[in-house]
Amino acid sequence: MTDAAALSVAGLGISFSGRQILKDVEFQVAPGEFCALIGPNGSGKTTLLKAIVGLVTPDSGRIAVDADGSGGTSVGYVPQKISLDAHIPLRARDVVMLGLDGARLGVPLPSRARDARVEEMLQAVGAGDFADRRIGHLSGGQQQRILVAHALVRRPRLLLLDEPLANLDVRSVAEIVALLRRLSLQYQTAILLSAHDMNPLLPVMDRIVYLANCCAVSGKADEVVRTEVLSRLYGYHVDVVRVHGRVVVIAAHEPEEIRAALARDPVHTAEIP
Amino acid sequence: MRLLGLMFAPGFFSNAPVHTALLVGGGAAVVSAVVGVFTVMRGQSFAGHALADVSSAGGAASYLLGLNPLVGFLGMAALAAGGMEWADVRDARERDLLTGVMLGAGLGLTALFLYFAAVTGSATGAAITVLFGSMFTIPASIVPVALAIAVAALAAIAAIYRPLLVSAVSEDLAQAQGTRVRLIGLVHGSALAFAVALSAMTVGAILSTALLIGPAAAGLRLADRPGRSLAIAVLTGLIATWGGILLAYDSYYWTPGRGWPVSFFIVVLVFLAYLLAGLLARVRLRGVRLAAAQPSGCGQH
Repeated sequence: MTDAAALSVAGLGISFSGRQILKDVEFQVAPGEFCALIGPNGSGKTTLLKAIVGLVTPDSGRIAVDADGSGGTSVGYVPQKISLDAHIPLRARDVVMLGLDGARLGVPLPSRARDARVEEMLQAVGAGDFADRRIGHLSGGQQQRILVAHALVRRPRLLLLDEPLANLDVRSVAEIVALLRRLSLQYQTAILLSAHDMNPLLPVMDRIVYLANCCAVSGKADEVVRTEVLSRLYGYHVDVVRVHGRVVVIAAHEPEEIRAALARDPVHTAEIP
Repeated sequence: MRLLGLMFAPGFFSNAPVHTALLVGGGAAVVSAVVGVFTVMRGQSFAGHALADVSSAGGAASYLLGLNPLVGFLGMAALAAGGMEWADVRDARERDLLTGVMLGAGLGLTALFLYFAAVTGSATGAAITVLFGSMFTIPASIVPVALAIAVAALAAIAAIYRPLLVSAVSEDLAQAQGTRVRLIGLVHGSALAFAVALSAMTVGAILSTALLIGPAAAGLRLADRPGRSLAIAVLTGLIATWGGILLAYDSYYWTPGRGWPVSFFIVVLVFLAYLLAGLLARVRLRGVRLAAAQPSGCGQH
């Protein structure tokens, strides 16, 4: 009961078939906080989110999600890259409804209370105009709104989103980020959102969890996104560059790696400058 | 009255084999349509066809052994469905390979059993009946078993209706809600085996795919809600099956002494329904596009 955090992760370790994915990951997310989960490709963002939802079983450590007392799941989840097939006969409205009772057995009976809750959620994510269209026929940004509504309709204390900004155009990215910030304030829902680029999230994030090299650092963005902190995390020197209010982390040591790979390849050795 | 007389050749409503065909065929059509809608949504149409081909080995074996063919069809279909769920292959291409290899093995067994049946002369016409059906020779004793299987399949689908829909959208979403997706796959696979066995009994193992996929495809094209898709699929399946039985019965009067097979008429009607659904869906989509294009010039579509 002393644990007031919406999410607290301690000593988390995960490995798949001998390969270490996460090691000693430790951070907390406070209720209603907007937290960005940032890291390069393959740094374990998706695995970490799946472990929190319960889709992946950790080898070690502890994940505590603040229960909402209703006995239901208190975590909403928007997975990465769902391709919504045009063959599936579901309207946007139906997908949100299934967020409420999708795990229940039997055929759903008509319910005004349920319909009202679904309608309210559709309005909250700005989906009123396309609520009755087939999900497979919606644009990427519209589908993302519907998946957010699906995850939020049970009013979880914690909402996890896996790369929700990938494959969206610039305008949709801005709209979705603003929408999520507003929803987290409106419903007092903590948000943990993964992205490979932190820039669209800088104006809204309360906290950042930065994953690299199997480990994590977390804190305020200007405490974490610093050359010395990230260099320690990556295990080699990285540069954090600020340009016109945007942040670039130059962590690539590709030139050295490619030279090393070329040196190992005897055919091309002669051509290396 | 004269028109009705032309449509329904004499004796249609008082003929016992016709009654049996209408009952068993109707049950097979309803179950195949309902299960088929979910099978297509889950992208398992090919698996459905493979189950049917494997089930034909059971049908052929039951002719050799003198068993109830429905039991033979069901036994092999269930075995194949169980095997596929147990193998639990996630990669789509790998699953296609497994399905194709299984389908070939099943049909190979069918070839062996039908060869034995032919050389021993134990069952004349077994090949046609097993592979392409013979609705007017279905024994009336099968009706209660067939209806029990139909009810069981429909009850299973009704029970997992919502988890099935969520897992068709995304298995990750379903799992995040606490649904055990492998259990859902297993229940759907069993219902699929039931549907395939019933259809194999009526239109034959090979043609059962027509009843499973055709009406479902029409339903999925024409409606944006699962309930309506199911209703359209069931109606399509029933009209095609009962219409096919009627046309085949009537054909005895067009071509005295012979008549054409029921399966042929059913499959033709299913195909026509699919074409019609495609046409209607295109008209409807154009209407939706026009309506969507109206309010704003450059919306986010």
